[in-house]
Amino acid sequence: MKKEHNHMKNKKFGMCIDLDKCTGCGSCMVACMSENNVPFREDETDKRKSITWITVYKITNNRPFPDTEVCYMPRPCMHCEGHDGHSPCVSVCPATATDYDMATGIVSQIYTRCFGCRYCMGACPYHARYFNWWDPVWPAEMEKYLSPDVSPRMRGVVEKCNFCYSRYQRALDKAYCEGRSDIEEDEYQTACTQGCPAGAITFGDLNNKSHAVYKLKKSPNAFRLLERLGTNPKVYYLSSKEWVRKAGDNYIKGENPKNIKKSHH
Amino acid sequence: MSKQEDKVKEISSGNLPDDEKNEAIGFGIIFFIIGIAASLIFGWIVFPKLLYSQKKQPVDFNHKLHMEFVDDGCESCHFFREDGSYSGVPKLAQCIDCHEEVQGEDPEEERFVEEYVAKGKEVPWLIYSKQPDCVFFSHAAHVKKGGMECKTCHGPIGESTTLRVYEENRVTGLSRDIWGKNISGLNKNTWDSMKMGDCADCHMEETGRKSSVQTEKDGCLVCHK
Repeated sequence: MKKEHNHMKNKKFGMCIDLDKCTGCGSCMVACMSENNVPFREDETDKRKSITWITVYKITNNRPFPDTEVCYMPRPCMHCEGHDGHSPCVSVCPATATDYDMATGIVSQIYTRCFGCRYCMGACPYHARYFNWWDPVWPAEMEKYLSPDVSPRMRGVVEKCNFCYSRYQRALDKAYCEGRSDIEEDEYQTACTQGCPAGAITFGDLNNKSHAVYKLKKSPNAFRLLERLGTNPKVYYLSSKEWVRKAGDNYIKGENPKNIKKSHH
Repeated sequence: MSKQEDKVKEISSGNLPDDEKNEAIGFGIIFFIIGIAASLIFGWIVFPKLLYSQKKQPVDFNHKLHMEFVDDGCESCHFFREDGSYSGVPKLAQCIDCHEEVQGEDPEEERFVEEYVAKGKEVPWLIYSKQPDCVFFSHAAHVKKGGMECKTCHGPIGESTTLRVYEENRVTGLSRDIWGKNISGLNKNTWDSMKMGDCADCHMEETGRKSSVQTEKDGCLVCHK
């Protein structure tokens, strides 16, 4: 048993989001909220207080009509690897409430350990982390629709996307009961991936050559958000438009992203 | 002796003659010992009694007797579903498979059939090993993949003839089995407690995984949800 575990190859779960396909419909956000028991309030007009593990941003090329172009950009947690798993949020957490797991490449958030200092929120350059300002309240009867696989969070803790880890656990359980020790690519997919009607999101193991994400991340159209910070994120975006690829990071005037040496690819 | 020296002497002796001073120290020591003893008795004996409420199971179940009639050991009633999830405590439907009518002569069984089977009411079993909401536990990973025995965590419950009293922590609402019977937290057997440390120790020994960057132990999400 010991040997088997030690020899199991590390996984690196990640995502490729094709922005050419994304229509900005927000299905990924809905799928995510219902999958992960994400709380909402009666009045959600103040978006700074909303909790959205994945959120769709709208970006434009800032050109006047008729050259105006719009792109929608879904943003889950990037599950940054940084250098050797020292992602921005993991490095600053004083409570050991958030952690980088080398076996899966997933940045975890343990709600019962978090005491709500929100350093991680300050450290995250993607605004992927959210604070619970209130205890969650679901409308009557709706509590029955909650997933028993995801624990609800209380007031005063931070939460974020965990690539639907409960789905990974479920898939592993099924595999173990069938006598397998590992899962297939399609057995573990995040809710946003399956919820996207345009098929814009691809999810899988970035280390596994047979997985679709392995090929997609090597596309010349692939880029990551704020790559130059050294966060080493595991969410890749694909766009055929240069202005979109350029919007993924900050460049000085006349600087060409193609000529910049990218680290940690 | 000057007046000043007198005053110093007065203060240092607490204005008491030597005999009375010794007596006061003696009393102090006695009260200190009594205090320590009282605190220890309170902490080790009274407090655990106050902390845990005692609840009786709705029906007294005989595991040993049932084990004689089933073919597949524990998994006959506590089975895995096809999707890999674990059924845990059986539902009434499973009991009805055999107990639609009274089978034996035990009055407890008769009561069970009358009160629950006849009325189609689920038995509100109290689950000794129920973990808090934030814990993910996979029976498949431990039993199917790891090849562990039920006994390792649950103890020899299959050999019991009666259900013991369920003790609930009044503060947390958790079963006493999580912390364990021994209030000091020291264990003799692997099934004596089900704390996070117990899980982590075994994971360290058995899997040897050190994939967590923060703790250099097994990943947090392996057991947390």
